[in-house]
Amino acid sequence: MKLLFTYVFISFRLLYAFPQQCNYTLKGEIKDFHDGKPLVGTTLSLIKDDTVVQSIISDLDGKYIISNVCLGRFELTVSHPNCKPKRILINIEGHTIKNVNLEHHLENLDEVLIIGERQEKGITKATSVQTLKTDVIEQFSDASLGDALRELSGVSSLNTGSTIVKPVIQGLNSSRILIITNNVRLQDQEWGIEHAPNVDLNTADRITVIRGSGALQYGGDAIGGVVLAKPAALATKDTLFGKTLLSGSSNGRGGSVSSTINKGFNSGFGLRLQGSFKRFGDFRAPDYFLTNTGTQQKAISINFGVNTFLYGLEAYYSYFDTELGILQAADFGNLTDLIRAINLPVPEIIEDFSHNIGLPRQEVAHHLVKLNSYFRLKRLGKLSFQYSFQFNDRQEFDNRSFLDDDIPVVDLELTTHNFDALLDIDTVENSKITAGISILFQDNFADPVTEVRRVIPDYEKFGIGTFAGIAYTITEDLTLDLGARFDFTHIDAQKFYISSFFEERGYAIDFADIIVEDFGTQILTNPVFNFTNFSSTIGLGYTINKDIDLQINYGLASRPPNPSELFSEGLNQASVAFELGDLRIKEEIANKIALTLKGSLFNQRLNFNLTPYANFITDYIVLEPTEDGVTQTGRGAFQEFEYLQNDARFFGVDFDATYDINKQLHYKTSLSYLRGDDTERNRPLINIPPANWHNSISYNNSAFKNLNLQLKSETVFRQTRFPNNNFIGRTVEDNQFVDVLVDVSTPPPGYHLLHFDSSIQFNLNTITTLQLGVSVNNILNTTYRQYLNRFRLFADELGRNITLRAKLNY
Amino acid sequence: MKKEAIILTQNLKTMKFLKPLIFTFLLVTVAACSDDDDLPGIINEEEVITTLSVTLTPDGGGTAIVLTSTDLDGDGPNPPTIVGGTLAANTNYTGVIQALNELENPAEDITEEVAEEDDEHQFFFQAVGPNLNISTTYSDFDDDGNPLGINFSLTTGDAGDGTLRVTLRHLLDKFAAGVSDGDITNAGGDTDIEVDYSISVQ
Repeated sequence: MKLLFTYVFISFRLLYAFPQQCNYTLKGEIKDFHDGKPLVGTTLSLIKDDTVVQSIISDLDGKYIISNVCLGRFELTVSHPNCKPKRILINIEGHTIKNVNLEHHLENLDEVLIIGERQEKGITKATSVQTLKTDVIEQFSDASLGDALRELSGVSSLNTGSTIVKPVIQGLNSSRILIITNNVRLQDQEWGIEHAPNVDLNTADRITVIRGSGALQYGGDAIGGVVLAKPAALATKDTLFGKTLLSGSSNGRGGSVSSTINKGFNSGFGLRLQGSFKRFGDFRAPDYFLTNTGTQQKAISINFGVNTFLYGLEAYYSYFDTELGILQAADFGNLTDLIRAINLPVPEIIEDFSHNIGLPRQEVAHHLVKLNSYFRLKRLGKLSFQYSFQFNDRQEFDNRSFLDDDIPVVDLELTTHNFDALLDIDTVENSKITAGISILFQDNFADPVTEVRRVIPDYEKFGIGTFAGIAYTITEDLTLDLGARFDFTHIDAQKFYISSFFEERGYAIDFADIIVEDFGTQILTNPVFNFTNFSSTIGLGYTINKDIDLQINYGLASRPPNPSELFSEGLNQASVAFELGDLRIKEEIANKIALTLKGSLFNQRLNFNLTPYANFITDYIVLEPTEDGVTQTGRGAFQEFEYLQNDARFFGVDFDATYDINKQLHYKTSLSYLRGDDTERNRPLINIPPANWHNSISYNNSAFKNLNLQLKSETVFRQTRFPNNNFIGRTVEDNQFVDVLVDVSTPPPGYHLLHFDSSIQFNLNTITTLQLGVSVNNILNTTYRQYLNRFRLFADELGRNITLRAKLNY
Repeated sequence: MKKEAIILTQNLKTMKFLKPLIFTFLLVTVAACSDDDDLPGIINEEEVITTLSVTLTPDGGGTAIVLTSTDLDGDGPNPPTIVGGTLAANTNYTGVIQALNELENPAEDITEEVAEEDDEHQFFFQAVGPNLNISTTYSDFDDDGNPLGINFSLTTGDAGDGTLRVTLRHLLDKFAAGVSDGDITNAGGDTDIEVDYSISVQ
């Protein structure tokens, strides 16, 4: 474009020698680029040699006429309150007509900040969302995504020890939650209950949680919900700024550093570099060290591209690498060991503090490359394309009995290609229409270097999904949101089965045609699955009055089984139990209805949000103890579970409210309650988060260095509704066999924790600010255990932790 | 230049940009799909003890008693086949253990690997039942002087029936109280094998 102008400019220079004649007119029409409508009240100024010659405003039809214009070269500036101003070089050689299209509706640009609640891409007004903003995310700079999300009501976490934290949305986790980072659906073996999401929290500027399937653009299988972690937009004007966060914590004796730098140019080109490093040693429960719970995390990302109104092109690369120690005392063999570990009041292995990450541990690397572009189409909307490549390399190490400990016991390489095309139509009156197509190709490779039979087999997966949605503003107070998605998924696996297992499960009869080769003790099979899934959403948003909004959402989500549910057939080290998948498992289908009432009272001093919901899931996939409950091996006995499909029902309510006591004192409360039942077996579902109640009181003085003090109280009640999976185990005591009841079901008692957070800000100069913060978690050093921690039978949760934070904005 | 023309140029640019992208995508997809013919190789578990046999030879001579446990499907659903034995009352036996992985062909003798890592392993012998009178003592030791238990001696008392539990622990605390005397209570660690043999002392 610049070249073009230069060319025009030079041509005009040559013509400049003509004599002055000043009786020509310049006229034309000013239209909205967007929908072709005339733009009233546009200011046009004709400029010669940096002096305004004439100024005029467009009429009701968007038309203008400037009379008595001289021959020669001019500059025409066109500006409108809602538009980006435009400068046009113009040559007057006679009566001239110049029509101008302005880029109206600047607010439609995702890249432009809008005051108040911002709508996220792919989510419409009638969808109820919750958002974590930058300042909250920064408080968790040295923690994980799952830790940060717990700040939201209705979101809890499923932990394996203290470092592996998976988000749980309204009682559902893992494959039932989509995690979208940087507009890409994360493909990182998320089916595994002890596989934490491979996301560096520091890359996110905002995190939005949709408690339901309201973002069909990203997938139709969000039975639980969607987590959207979104980075800040690239700079589009000339600027250079950055941010560095430093933190150090007493518990784990470690900390993190994270730095971001942004560079922008007026051409619309922007660049961002971001990196973070985190290192912790063994964490400490109030009474002892949790040996081998250290972590290390390295992450870098680079993002650059051009973003203008008409088009944009961006490239993004991120690398995430984590090493997670797993509590050594939770790593053991058979039933005898399990009974011993449960009965010990403290973990069997407690050593002095160490930064060393020994065995067992996980090492995961995740690469993400993304190319995306958009083009604004006149009188239509925006067309976007995105290609992404993800490579996830998961290695798990454990004590090997007779092999080198440096050989992993699990080594999975998951490669995913995604191609997405999306059309946003925002030119139809009162409507926003979105439609798109999403194509996925995935390859899983289980590296035989482990010399352990592959539990998750090699497979290839192809998926294609198409979706369309409309957000329709019926009246000023009523919005309707409709969406539908259709997915086809094809899985082609190469799985080795133990022959006796293949026989016992009845596969030899039902799946005789998938046998490729019989190796005697093992059989190579080629299971192929095709799933077609339909999902949809209906949302209705109604503004009751200026203070109260009501939203009703219905979502139909449908999820094909994950590799673990289909193929598992052996010991899961994390649960010390045999877990058996089933090739017969079909998709599960959720029907979820949620009501959101939000509003403000007492002159907006009280703000509240009440969300009751019901989720009915047909063929919900659950792990249940098998008929025998226990399986015998050469290593002794183990508890045995299998994946089954039963109908399930969830009823819950999330409530949160804030009250401004005065300008500086604020009170906040949130409460979540959920009941989950297996309606076929008539018993409660396992791992339903217990009711919890959070309260906080904060003092904020913007006049005094933005001082912020906050005291938080966290009350978690005991989960009283749980399935009884206890079983009788046979053990030897005093040289006699005794049958003991192994209690793996009873949830731990409720608990109450107090936390403190504070921050103060110094303006070092006009552009540099320094924020210092101190926070104390678990002030009273309370000993407690969480129901949703897989290691709750073996060790206490973390004790007191004091964290110092410094943030430098420049 | 008219705006429409610019838009047209943009659209052409779109196509230009898309072409290589689509091409790359197809190429990658095709390349990845063509892997289909490569079948994964079979993995025979390296670390499984499928077979544990305890050979007890009477000190005064006579036929050796062999207790066996065989689980050829490893972690598969079939339980191990366990064969116990009948011992003579008030007799001393010399015991030796052999652990095999018969999933490999030829079968791999894991006893050797246990012996190599003797500081990380220990066998335990528990006589279970009110009527079984059996005691064992270790005959082999690691460099720290702690017992290993591949070789041991077994002494029977008066007649009685019960169970002999043989356990192999890995990464245990061999220095914990009682462990060097063969008491498993404080040993900790990971269980590599645990077999209950029916024993009749006559």
